[in-house]
Amino acid sequence: MFEELTEKLEGIFKKLRGQGRITEANVSETLREVRRVLLEADVNFRVAKSFIDKVQERSLGTEVLTSVTPGQLMIKIIYDELVRLMGSDRTDITFSNLPPTVILIAGLQGSGKTTFSAKLANYLRHKGHHPLLVAADVQRPAAIDQLIQLGGQIGIPVYADRAHDAIQIADDSIDHARKNVRDVVIIDTAGRLHVDEEMMLEVETVKAHTKPHEILFVVDSMTGQDAVNSARAFHDRLDFDGVVLTKLDGDARGGAALSIRSVVEKPIKFVSVGEKLEQLEPFYPDRMASRILGMGDIVTLVEKVQETVDEKKAEKLEEKLRKAEFTFEDFLDQLQEIKKMGPLSQVLGMIPGVNRLAGAKDIDDRAFVKVEAMIHSMTAEEQRKPHLINGSRRRRIALGSGTKVQDVNKLLKQFEEMKRMMKSLRRGKFGRSPGGMRIPGQFN
Amino acid sequence: MGLFDRLKKGLSKTREAVVGRLGKIVGLHTAIDDSLFDEMEEALIAADVGVAPSSRIISNLRARVRRDGLTDPAGVLALLKEEVAALLPADQDGDPFHASLAETPHVIMVVGVNGVGKTTTIGKLAYQYREAGKRVLIAAADTFRAAANEQLEIWTKRAGVEILRQSPGADPGAVAFDAVKHAQAASLDVVIVDTAGRLHTKSNLMEELKKIRRVIAKVMPTAPQEVLLVLDGTTGQNAIQQARQFNAAAGVTGIVLTKLDGTAKGGVLIGVASVFSIPVRYIGVGEAVEDLQPFNPHAFVDALFAQDERNTN
Repeated sequence: MFEELTEKLEGIFKKLRGQGRITEANVSETLREVRRVLLEADVNFRVAKSFIDKVQERSLGTEVLTSVTPGQLMIKIIYDELVRLMGSDRTDITFSNLPPTVILIAGLQGSGKTTFSAKLANYLRHKGHHPLLVAADVQRPAAIDQLIQLGGQIGIPVYADRAHDAIQIADDSIDHARKNVRDVVIIDTAGRLHVDEEMMLEVETVKAHTKPHEILFVVDSMTGQDAVNSARAFHDRLDFDGVVLTKLDGDARGGAALSIRSVVEKPIKFVSVGEKLEQLEPFYPDRMASRILGMGDIVTLVEKVQETVDEKKAEKLEEKLRKAEFTFEDFLDQLQEIKKMGPLSQVLGMIPGVNRLAGAKDIDDRAFVKVEAMIHSMTAEEQRKPHLINGSRRRRIALGSGTKVQDVNKLLKQFEEMKRMMKSLRRGKFGRSPGGMRIPGQFN
Repeated sequence: MGLFDRLKKGLSKTREAVVGRLGKIVGLHTAIDDSLFDEMEEALIAADVGVAPSSRIISNLRARVRRDGLTDPAGVLALLKEEVAALLPADQDGDPFHASLAETPHVIMVVGVNGVGKTTTIGKLAYQYREAGKRVLIAAADTFRAAANEQLEIWTKRAGVEILRQSPGADPGAVAFDAVKHAQAASLDVVIVDTAGRLHTKSNLMEELKKIRRVIAKVMPTAPQEVLLVLDGTTGQNAIQQARQFNAAAGVTGIVLTKLDGTAKGGVLIGVASVFSIPVRYIGVGEAVEDLQPFNPHAFVDALFAQDERNTN
């Protein structure tokens, strides 16, 4: 989604990496480039300006000038500011303690409200809720039919009433939800221009009547500079709780996302990425910023590595790897080092490219617990010489670690594979051992 | 209300935003200096004109101001207007709805990304062709989106024209084929083919557009005579990518810029025009059937840079 922005920033940073040191001149040249990239990505010009100012302020401090690797810190500053701009944490939908939870969907024409409403219903259903879709768009021809058909596709009931106005429909739908034991009511409203007083009043009235627990503002990710105007106007009238970015499966650079977030200070909660009704994802600001920079969160990774990895240990490990003597003892050491860096999913997310691998985000630390228990259940000799571990030793290890023999088999197999992989990595572009954590494309 | 007035009315928001800012900028400067040019460039960027076209406009402007020895900031605004007008595609001749058609049926294929206003545009086009005395058939070739047929049907009723539709999920090429065949048999004047909204990055869907075109050409080798790309006026720089990809796939002959009745400035048109030589045919300035206007670049720029809207109506 943000690929193009990414490419351009990478080009700039490449230049920056070649520089021995950062001077006032090359900082401002870089920032001029970054500003142009942001503007071409439809980031609002004011937002881009304040972004650049912040980065400039921070990078011209002694921090950068006295640093050993200025490029590294420069990128980190830009990354940090990007994350901050998009909101630092990910936020979920607020549910009412007293069902039904009412969610109001609003936005401009053609932003994708109806499709999003159906996607959200589907998403919440998979989380164990029982949503009701409400067709409160009585303006656009056949909008009601569209929602009914979408509801039919995913098997979610749709409340429709062609005889009444949006306010009445919304009111009645909540009673309907109570009677039919639906715990979430998703009200799809008509698309409206923020300058259309009559229509803005209507959605305001719907809000007053239904007292939604969550109001979501739906924005087309291809929107240009005007995104901040419409977002601000909707926010003034509805005080919405979150933003939904649609059509992110195109090549829009999505600068509007950055702009809206910084102008109304409401989180982006979902991104919609396709025509299928399952294609809805929660929004992660840090991931997005990493993607924008196109290199994973390497800055943080480098920092963490520097903090945690003991240089001498790393050297010893490298020596061992060279001789292919890597043992379970070393493996355990490595596990401890990695754990010091933080949750595994985060660590992996920091490695360039890994973020894009399917399933990388699902890896969690619990996997480590079992592995550690099994290694601790080995004797010192077994740890050093894994080939000794025969059938009866495996049974003992499984018993000692509270796992199954299959788990032990799996660990041994994976360990062998890892050793092989490390050998090939050493021959490949990873210049040194994982202990050294040299990442391709790194700055030194 | 004349064409110019209606256009201006529709564009009043655009004008307020751009002119408001430009007017203020000019008012705040007593001399022509760098900050004047910088702020003008910013105003263009804020109108979605895009970084490269904006800086080109401003550097041309600087050169002209130097050459002409201008000293009054207000005079710069007039020059800016000329620079912008020079970037827009040339004027088109007359009223397209009343113009006599070289051959019938005149087949118009309407394409664009999701939610830009294709169906609404088709409703308005159909209405205006019919008002001009043409016999119109709409082909409901968006067989993908839920209730697309129903939406189009309501528009055809409003416009008082015929529709040819098949069940959802039908082959869009087949719908277009049948429509053109039927139009030939019934001697209809205009066939407007609605297509499903698709992101220009989905190559399979862009292939489908090519196929629809091919299938139409099988019935009538010169058709479609027009391929209209609908762009959302609130879209930013992505519109240029859309124009590129849709043009490559479907051979776009004209652009329709919609949703200009909000605060969006539609300045991306200038960016699109600076990359492609595709004429802009219509602009959409409201929800009523008559709110689709043939595009007139001079009126567009005049309206865009009018000094005071209240005095010119």
